[in-house]
Amino acid sequence: MSAPLERQQKPTETLAEAVIRFCGDSGDGMQVVGGQLTNTSAAFGNDVSTFPDFPAEIRAPAGTLAGVSGFQLHFSSADIYTPGDMVDTLVVMNPAALKTNIGDLKRGGILILNENEFDTSNLKKAGYANNPLTDPELLSKFDVHIVPMTRLAEDSVAGLGLTVKEAARCKNFFALGLIYWLYERDCAITEAWIKDKFGKKPKYVEANTRALRGGFNYGDSTEAFPKHYIVPKAKLPAGKYRSITGNEATAWGLVAGAKRCGKELYFSGYPITPASDILHKLSELKRFGVRTFQAEDEIAAMASVCGAAFAGEIAATASSGPGIVLKGEAINLGVMTELPMVIVDVQRGGPSTGLPTKTEQADLLLAMYGRNSDSPIPIVAAATPGDCFYMVQEAIRLAVTFMTPVFFLSDGYLANGAEPWRIPKFSELPPIEVKHPKPTADGVLNGYADADGKYLPYKRDAKLARPWAAPGTPGFEHRVGGIEKRDGTGNIDYAPDNHQHMVDTRARKIANIADSIPEQDVFGDSRGKLLVLSWGGTYGAVRAAVEQARHNGRNVSHAHLRYLNPFPKNLGKILGQYEKVLIPELNTGQLSLLIRGKFLIDAQPMNKVQGKPLLVRELLERFDSML
Amino acid sequence: MAVSTLPMVKPEDFASDQAIRWCPRCGDYSILAQAKKVLAGQGIPRENIVFVSGIGCSSRFPYYLNTYGFHSIHGRAPAVASGVKLTRPDLQVWVVTGDGDALSIGGNHTLHVLRRNLDVKVLLFNNQIYGLTKGQYSPTSPMGKKTYSTPQGSVDNPLAPLVFALGCEATFVARSIDIDTTHLTATLERASKHKGTAFVEIYQDCNVFNSDAFKYAQDRTQRDDNIVYLEHGKPLIFGKNKDKGIRVNPGTMLPEVVQLGQGVTEDDLLFHDEKSPDPSMAFLLAKMSKLHGMPEPVGVFRAVERPTYDELVNGQVATAVAAAKDTLDDLFNSGDTWVVA
Repeated sequence: MSAPLERQQKPTETLAEAVIRFCGDSGDGMQVVGGQLTNTSAAFGNDVSTFPDFPAEIRAPAGTLAGVSGFQLHFSSADIYTPGDMVDTLVVMNPAALKTNIGDLKRGGILILNENEFDTSNLKKAGYANNPLTDPELLSKFDVHIVPMTRLAEDSVAGLGLTVKEAARCKNFFALGLIYWLYERDCAITEAWIKDKFGKKPKYVEANTRALRGGFNYGDSTEAFPKHYIVPKAKLPAGKYRSITGNEATAWGLVAGAKRCGKELYFSGYPITPASDILHKLSELKRFGVRTFQAEDEIAAMASVCGAAFAGEIAATASSGPGIVLKGEAINLGVMTELPMVIVDVQRGGPSTGLPTKTEQADLLLAMYGRNSDSPIPIVAAATPGDCFYMVQEAIRLAVTFMTPVFFLSDGYLANGAEPWRIPKFSELPPIEVKHPKPTADGVLNGYADADGKYLPYKRDAKLARPWAAPGTPGFEHRVGGIEKRDGTGNIDYAPDNHQHMVDTRARKIANIADSIPEQDVFGDSRGKLLVLSWGGTYGAVRAAVEQARHNGRNVSHAHLRYLNPFPKNLGKILGQYEKVLIPELNTGQLSLLIRGKFLIDAQPMNKVQGKPLLVRELLERFDSML
Repeated sequence: MAVSTLPMVKPEDFASDQAIRWCPRCGDYSILAQAKKVLAGQGIPRENIVFVSGIGCSSRFPYYLNTYGFHSIHGRAPAVASGVKLTRPDLQVWVVTGDGDALSIGGNHTLHVLRRNLDVKVLLFNNQIYGLTKGQYSPTSPMGKKTYSTPQGSVDNPLAPLVFALGCEATFVARSIDIDTTHLTATLERASKHKGTAFVEIYQDCNVFNSDAFKYAQDRTQRDDNIVYLEHGKPLIFGKNKDKGIRVNPGTMLPEVVQLGQGVTEDDLLFHDEKSPDPSMAFLLAKMSKLHGMPEPVGVFRAVERPTYDELVNGQVATAVAAAKDTLDDLFNSGDTWVVA
């Protein structure tokens, strides 16, 4: 079955972009086909942005509203920033998926329904009194295609000796094949993936390939679809690309960052959604010297990171809100002992267990203040999935340069979302300087000692960073710990003036980082009516909205923060150049609080906490109301 | 001039410049002194030794040694030590902890370090009280113990540290007594040489908040009838006149005290086998308690070999590194890629 598929000459229509969503039961394989459509579209040369949305339960009862899983992909011939507000083509595998997703389909949009799952039992589970397939309103509002996908998938694989259940399971690839035909995509990448994935079971390779082609041929040969669509390649900057998710980019960034330090990575974590993938990815990368340790709990993961940092390694952990809370005490041990380490927080909806699989940006103040006493920690945040690669390396750079724990904030949307990523060359990433003090040949401590020749573990450099002497280095034996210590000697010291000095010094050291990070840039005008200030995973939606508003002649500019503590040193000046400042966030106003507190300006918050990303439409409406 | 190129052989060479802040007559002084003897005798340079502790009186220990040291947070010393040992298996790592630190707030970490068999030496100073916080009952305090937080007496069933350790199938489990300096030195030396997690419970007198909790095991006039020294391959004999022994009752399969003579010979007694792959007999010995009218064994309960956790973790990394065929650039370029001109 390797010959390319022949196509009929149905008419094609060229589109600038398209938003497709697959939705069905969490057992229907929607994430798999969503991922395949992403890779195929990215490899074709479109810009892509994805939004996987799945329930927290591994398998909620089949057919129920709680069990619906969806994957949305936006692909385009131009730069795009978001998975799209509204859907052009919605593929619906069961009544529950229809009920929970139909509200996002554009009026007149293509609606493809799997007829076979609209039986009495599934309709009841979804709460439909009447079968929506015969609902005249639905049929008039959308371009509806009722396709018996389960039966057609079963027919495609007939004769392979599959059980009825196995045959029915191929329906997701049938749906994918249909979309491939509808949007002129090539099946080759997915066929290669199927071969790789099911290679040991030729029966399944054949079945899924046949189902994929069955769907493709269905679109091509039946009269159901009069035309299909082409979304031409996007004009991305020249280079070699791949598709990457935020969690992948974070894992690779950690490995690359450690290597830039001339070291190997130590990573300890405890399984937690949506951060576990970072642990999984790194566990596969032992060949690059990566040591991973799945600790007994979040506390142990963080404490072991403190131990590894003391031992002289690049050490990191990753978790999400409930785990970060548990780590707080050990993070503060890192603050007190002034050891370098990276804490990745893949934020999710909260409080408590909250919404494990849904996104939110509500841990900013946790990272900033969520520990006992005054314990400043630098915070950086990624803007896009691919940006995770770079910002987590920034976290490593700041950690080793300033001898401090550093927070890297990601979120569920970045972690699971994918975008095309221009592949960097490792050799083009500059080395990160790491200094471990060593004695000279005659045993002199080289400027790190007091008059008696004793090592001073808290003797600070111009940046106020203390030296990082690793165990095994003779003459530099020293003790660190969580008790307040005297600057210089590191000996326990409870004296009032010393504590004041140490609290002030730790704060000044972190504040001074502003001199070692890039200045804030602004998209749009350097002064004007409205500045939109955002951070983290909302970058795409905000940038898309600002571009659109400017296109419509609105005086709106955009600054997106990737450094949140300290802020870039020109930020105050920038904020003063606009009549109004709007701060959209997926929380109840955390950056707003920081900005209003620090700069005493009347910044306006715009907040949403629904477990979903911001929509461009929502932003445009808010801009209009402020201008 | 702090750098020494000479091999350090004297215990004083391991003293730091810090004044020791334990209460006068605290049992910790003796433990520190014996530990220095062992450190001086093992021939490992002090820069290759790391002491990690949690919180509590015992956890001040690292400040008084001039090795590398990390005074961490309450209960987490085994986790901190895991980070040190996994990244730097070349270092000798010690954990110093107490009954509250290791068995209450840090119980989970103690459990996991023991089951994994990380190559660290864990010294648990058991004084059956919270000393640093001034006298609350601990997980090892006996039922009925009256403290500031239990004015009517504790209603918590006490935990036996060695029963816990053997339940985790620790590979080296021992007990000693703070002022029994010869025995303590020998025990610490055994622990220092063990490859894997070495767990040593040390009866330690908190003379301020729980004075004489272990008097029965420390006092010269009482101890011979209350403790039984374990020696590998030897029968369990104790008593001032060496006339009592421990036998496994063939009916109950539990240890019992028997009088030697009167038809009972040494051959009828339990012979200690610290190398038994099965920890069950060691478990029964660890269950022997003064609380139940039995003498308490001291010495090495168990000493078996098993691959260490740090070896296994680093072994997987080494195997993967040796078999590596790709660079980071290859990794970045793997899978589906495309070129934009």
